[in-house]
Amino acid sequence: MSAPNSKRGSYFLITPMALIFAIFLVVPLLTIVVVSFWDYDEYRILPDFIFENYSYLLGSSVTWQIYLNTFKYAALTWAFTLGIGFTVAYFLAFYVRSLTWQIILFMVCTIPFWTSNIIRMISWIPFLGRNGLLNQALMGTGIIHEPLEFLLFSDFAVVLADVHLYTLFMVVPIFNSMMRIDRSLIEAARDNGASGWATLRHIIVPLSKPGIAIGSIFVITVVMGDFITVRLMSGGQSASVGLQISNEIGMLQYPAAAASAVVLLITVLLIVTALLRLVDIRKEL
Amino acid sequence: MTGNGAIELIAVSKYYGSTIAVKSIDLKIPAGAYCCLIGPSGCGKTTTLRMIAGHEAISEGDLLIGQRNVTELPPVKRGTSMMFQNYALFPHMSCAENVAFGLRMQGVSPVERAERATEMLARVHMDMFADRKPDQLSGGQQQRIALARALITQPEVLLLDEPLSALDPFLRARMRDELRRLQQDLGITFVHVTHAQDEALALSDMVVVMEDGVIRQKGTPEEIFNRPKSRFIANFMGGQNIFKGKVARADATTTIVERGPDQFVLPVHGDAKTGEDLEFTIRTDLIGLADDIPAGAAQSQIPVEITTVEYLGLWVRIVATTVDGKDITLMKTESEFRRAPVRRKEKFIAYWEPEHAHVLA
Repeated sequence: MSAPNSKRGSYFLITPMALIFAIFLVVPLLTIVVVSFWDYDEYRILPDFIFENYSYLLGSSVTWQIYLNTFKYAALTWAFTLGIGFTVAYFLAFYVRSLTWQIILFMVCTIPFWTSNIIRMISWIPFLGRNGLLNQALMGTGIIHEPLEFLLFSDFAVVLADVHLYTLFMVVPIFNSMMRIDRSLIEAARDNGASGWATLRHIIVPLSKPGIAIGSIFVITVVMGDFITVRLMSGGQSASVGLQISNEIGMLQYPAAAASAVVLLITVLLIVTALLRLVDIRKEL
Repeated sequence: MTGNGAIELIAVSKYYGSTIAVKSIDLKIPAGAYCCLIGPSGCGKTTTLRMIAGHEAISEGDLLIGQRNVTELPPVKRGTSMMFQNYALFPHMSCAENVAFGLRMQGVSPVERAERATEMLARVHMDMFADRKPDQLSGGQQQRIALARALITQPEVLLLDEPLSALDPFLRARMRDELRRLQQDLGITFVHVTHAQDEALALSDMVVVMEDGVIRQKGTPEEIFNRPKSRFIANFMGGQNIFKGKVARADATTTIVERGPDQFVLPVHGDAKTGEDLEFTIRTDLIGLADDIPAGAAQSQIPVEITTVEYLGLWVRIVATTVDGKDITLMKTESEFRRAPVRRKEKFIAYWEPEHAHVLA
């Protein structure tokens, strides 16, 4: 095959993927950016080129508080999913010796995903509520005398639900990274006198970093954009950026929502860029 | 430092469930020896090495290193160090960090660590690569780093798991020399697992041939090569023709063995009884070809027809077939061959001196 021919062939081959990206990513994104500069009133959105949506958004102290709150959820969820996800992945990768058991246990991890997000969240409510199972059990055993109020419709509940929903996003990439670690490296570390902890610290954690980075990107981006968990689990008492956007859409303030979305997108991209600077994930892809 | 590296395996076994990988082997390796464990894959040689290293639990029996029973001790307390088959270098660390890892685990200060790592890197001629990552090195260079990492903790015993198998033939020969020289300089015990006969012969003070989880023969390379105990060892070490026949006559000076129409003359063999089966070997380079031999000469003589002539550079390999269809392999140096060339389909008498025959047990 001659060179120009093969070049044309390559362009031909990438066309379907390029089209999919254009239709499902570039066009919607551009639309949002364009709309974010439009004007609106109670009934209509008006094509225009104004910066008011942004200046109002960035000038409002509410926005900053909402961002702070969202960062708090993201950071807490990230910390817990990382802790739990790393431990589960470590157990699966290094303690479960047979491939069959690894597959079975992995399937077990995915069982909660057979139901929808909403159902999984709602199922916490009867458990955590004021007269829920947990409070009744604790009071029944005499550990507490008053029902614990912070369990439901609180930050605690939001973070708990997020951790429950997204830990698997952390487990999968970390497990994947760990499975790529040559087992003889662990033996070599042991041969050099490394204890179990030293092996974990000097060998396993550094070599799992790409998986940790990918898992972190999944969890942080999802939590940063989440609104349904915050709405359901905080009982409307807390806000997140996603929830703010959802409310603006509810009030038909599309340009304001678009501006919020653009700011959120930039924020998340900055976080992802920072993570990618810290860890080289190319080896993993 | 020397003297503590003697290894003794006493009735050591390894079971995996109901399968037996190593069956109650006894082995003494003197301190400062270069010992090669050799055998076909699945013979238990690597398992044996890994049991000495402490990476495989010993199911039964005892392991002594330097008169200390180390059966239950972790690798670092045994005074052993292992070099892994794929080198097992830590990919996220530089070469210097890889080499210094053992010292870091001992809590040696960073300054001393760096100093000793540099020294060790210089020893394996890798000091200029200290800051490189392992994946920026060639196979041979990675191996030197692995060697340096294994030696930095000053082990009494270095265990090498097929260290040369991943290298190209040229590099293999060079690293072989270096390993031998290093072992002699350091004076510590090396135990080296290999499946390559030439490696075992070239390196060892002591060769241990294993098959099916047991030791079939141990001895110096000369002993193993020239006086194999069994057909398996003769076949595995190579360089031998194996003959099987019935004892026709045994007297005070010679034993005559018959195989079909052929008769072989062997030096006297103590327990040979008439009518018994007997196996013996002749080295491929000790068989001559002649057009005619005077009747009554003491040699074994068999009429053969040349079927293959293979030019190997320094050597020429000749395969000849006897009247009853058995093959004999002969090796001639190239100069020998050029003095008396042979061609396919030519007929000769193959002969050898009786004292070159080695009777298999």
